[in-house]
Amino acid sequence: MHDAPANAPSEISLDMRLTWYRQMSLIRSFERAVSNLNQEGLVPGTAHLYIGMEAIAVGACAAMEATDFLTSTHRGHGHCIARSLDVGRMMAEILGRADGYCGGKGGSMHITDISRGMLGADGIVGGGIPIAVGAAFGFRLKGLRACVLCFFGDGAANQGSFHEAVNLAAIHRLPVIFICENNLWALSAPFDEMTAGKSIASRASAYAIPGEEVDGNDVEAVFRAVSRSAARARSGLGPSLIECVGYRWEAHSVFTRQDIRPKQEIEQWKRKDPIAIYRSRLIDHKLSASEKFEQIDAEVEAEVTRAVAFAKSSPAPDPEVAARNVYTQAD
Amino acid sequence: MRNISYVEAINTALREEMRRDPLVFLLGEDVGRMDGLFKVSQGLLAEFGPDRVIDTPISEAAIAGAGVGSALVGARPIVEFQFLDFITIAMDQIVNHAAKLRYMTDGMVSIPLVIRAPVCSGIGLGAQHSQSLEAWFVHVPGMKVVMPSSPADAKGLLKSAIRDDNPVLFLEHRMLYSQTGAVPEEESLIPLGLADIKRTGTDITVVATGRTVPLTLAAANKLSSEGIEIEVVDPRTLKPLDTQTIVQSVKKTNRVVIVNDGWRTCGFAAELMAVVMEECFFDLDAPIQRICTKDVPMPVSPSLQKAVMVSEEDVLAACRTAILG
Repeated sequence: MHDAPANAPSEISLDMRLTWYRQMSLIRSFERAVSNLNQEGLVPGTAHLYIGMEAIAVGACAAMEATDFLTSTHRGHGHCIARSLDVGRMMAEILGRADGYCGGKGGSMHITDISRGMLGADGIVGGGIPIAVGAAFGFRLKGLRACVLCFFGDGAANQGSFHEAVNLAAIHRLPVIFICENNLWALSAPFDEMTAGKSIASRASAYAIPGEEVDGNDVEAVFRAVSRSAARARSGLGPSLIECVGYRWEAHSVFTRQDIRPKQEIEQWKRKDPIAIYRSRLIDHKLSASEKFEQIDAEVEAEVTRAVAFAKSSPAPDPEVAARNVYTQAD
Repeated sequence: MRNISYVEAINTALREEMRRDPLVFLLGEDVGRMDGLFKVSQGLLAEFGPDRVIDTPISEAAIAGAGVGSALVGARPIVEFQFLDFITIAMDQIVNHAAKLRYMTDGMVSIPLVIRAPVCSGIGLGAQHSQSLEAWFVHVPGMKVVMPSSPADAKGLLKSAIRDDNPVLFLEHRMLYSQTGAVPEEESLIPLGLADIKRTGTDITVVATGRTVPLTLAAANKLSSEGIEIEVVDPRTLKPLDTQTIVQSVKKTNRVVIVNDGWRTCGFAAELMAVVMEECFFDLDAPIQRICTKDVPMPVSPSLQKAVMVSEEDVLAACRTAILG
C-alpha cells in the first residue's frame, strides 16, 4: 500500500539501538514512578500511563529531525521522553509543582516544550490532529521544511477531527505523519466493537495517501515506517497514515479500573513486551551483552530517582500566579 | 477620511495587514475563488495567492484547528466562518485549545489567531443562521471578543486584532456590511478594550453593541425631540470590557438601558447589568433595563423575525420608561 520510499532510512547503528533501548526503559521506569507517586497521593488529578507502548513513541521520534514538531495525546509522557524532554521537569509538572514545564498549570495532560518541538499533550481525544495540520500550514508559510508527527489513538480515529484534518492535509500535501497508536481499547470500548472496517491504516486509501499497519511492539519497524513517511513528506509528497498496533498494559488512567479488559488478554500482550523482546533480539544477534542492558537499566533507575526527588522538592506554585498568563499581557 | 462601507473597511484592514506582515494569512470556506460569501475578502486571492488565501473544505473543526496550530508555530492566521452559527462545529478547537494553550503552558506559547464571523440575523435565514453568540465566548478566559458597529471601528479594531498575540473573535453583522461611514485613510488602529461614546447625553446611558448601535442612535434623535438626551456607549470590545467608560457615564446620567442582539437569559446584557450593579448601585435612579433578542430560536417569516429581534421601537419604549417610570 505504501509508495516506494524516496530514500530508505539510514543504517541503524548500535548507538541508535542502545539509545532506543534506553529511552524505552526510561519511559517504563518513569511511568512506574508516576504510578507509585499516585499511590502516595502526590499526583493531583490523573495520569495516563504509556507502559507497553514504548516502542511506538521511541521508534517514531527517532525518525524526527531536530527541527520537526509533534502533537501528542492525553497519554503523552512517552512522546515527551522520546523527544528528550527533561524527566525532572516532567515529573514536577505531573505533581503540579512550580518547576514543572507548565509551572503546575498543565499537569500530566498538557506537558509542552516548544524548544524540543513538542507542541503539547492534549486532554481532548482527537484535539491535536487539526493542530498538527495547522502547524504544517505554518511551516509552509514560513518556508520551513519541518515535518509534524501527529500522535493519536484508536479512539480519536473515530472523531470527526481526524477525518477533517487528514483530508485537509491530503489536499494540501502537507508534511504531516499521522500516527495512530492503536492500543485496542478506548477506556472500556474495544477497538473491534467501535471501529467499522477494523482498520485505521486502510482509511488512508479514502484520502489517497499511503497507509500502513506496523507492529507497535517493534521499535525498529516503527522507525522504518515513520522514516519512509518522513522522507516522503520532506520531498513534498504529502501526509501518510501509520497505524501502530500495540497495547497499554495498565488501566486507561491511574484513576480508572483495570478489570475492564480480560486478564488473559493483558497477560498475552505482556508476553510481547517491546523492551524485553528488543533486549533479547540485540543479545541474540550478539550486538550487545546483557551486562550492557543491566547497566543502562541501572542508569535509568538513577535518573528517575533523581527526577522524583527533584519533583518532590519543587515547591507548590505561589497562588499569586494563578491569574497569570491567561493573555500575553496583563489585561 | 474616505467614505466607505463596513465590508470595504474590513477588506481594507485585511489587505493592509497582509501587505504589512507576510505571516498573516486567511483561511476559510469560499474565501478565495469567491472572494468570501459576503465579499469580505474581495481581491485578496488575486493579490496574495493561494498559499495566503486558502479555500478550505467544509470542515469547521479542522479550519479552527489549522488556525490554532499555525498560530502555535508563529504564523498569524485569520479564520473566517461564513455564519457565526457554524462556529458551534469548531467549539473544541476554540474553547479547549485556542483559549487555553497559553495558560496551560504558563506562558510558553501564544495563539495570535483572529476568528472572523458575521452575525446574520435580520435577513430571513432562520434559526441556524441568525444567532448572536458573543456571550459564550466572552465567558471564556483566554478569549478576546470584538464587535464593531461602524466602518471606522471595523477597520481600526480588525487591524489591532490581527496584531494582537491572543485569540480574538471578531464579530461582524450582516446588516452592517452595506452601511457607509468615514474611515481614516492613514494608518489608524483602535486599541482593543476601549469603549467609544457614540453620542453624548445627560439623561440615560444606553450601552449598545454591534447592529444595535446605529439603531440606538436613530432612536436618540427622536428622543431628543421629546426632550430626552441619551448617551450612547459602544463597548466595541466586549472582552476585555472597558468598564470605566460605562461607569463614568452611568454616574453622570443615573439611568441605564442596555441593548444587545444576544438572547436575554445569561446574555452579554446580563453581564453589563451585573457590572453596573456592582459599580453604580447607589448612583441609579431607576431600575436597569435590558433589550435583547427574545429567548426563542430565530423564525424565518418577516413578521415573526421582527417580533423577536431588537427594534428601534424597543429602545424608544425602554428609554421613555427609564425617565417616566
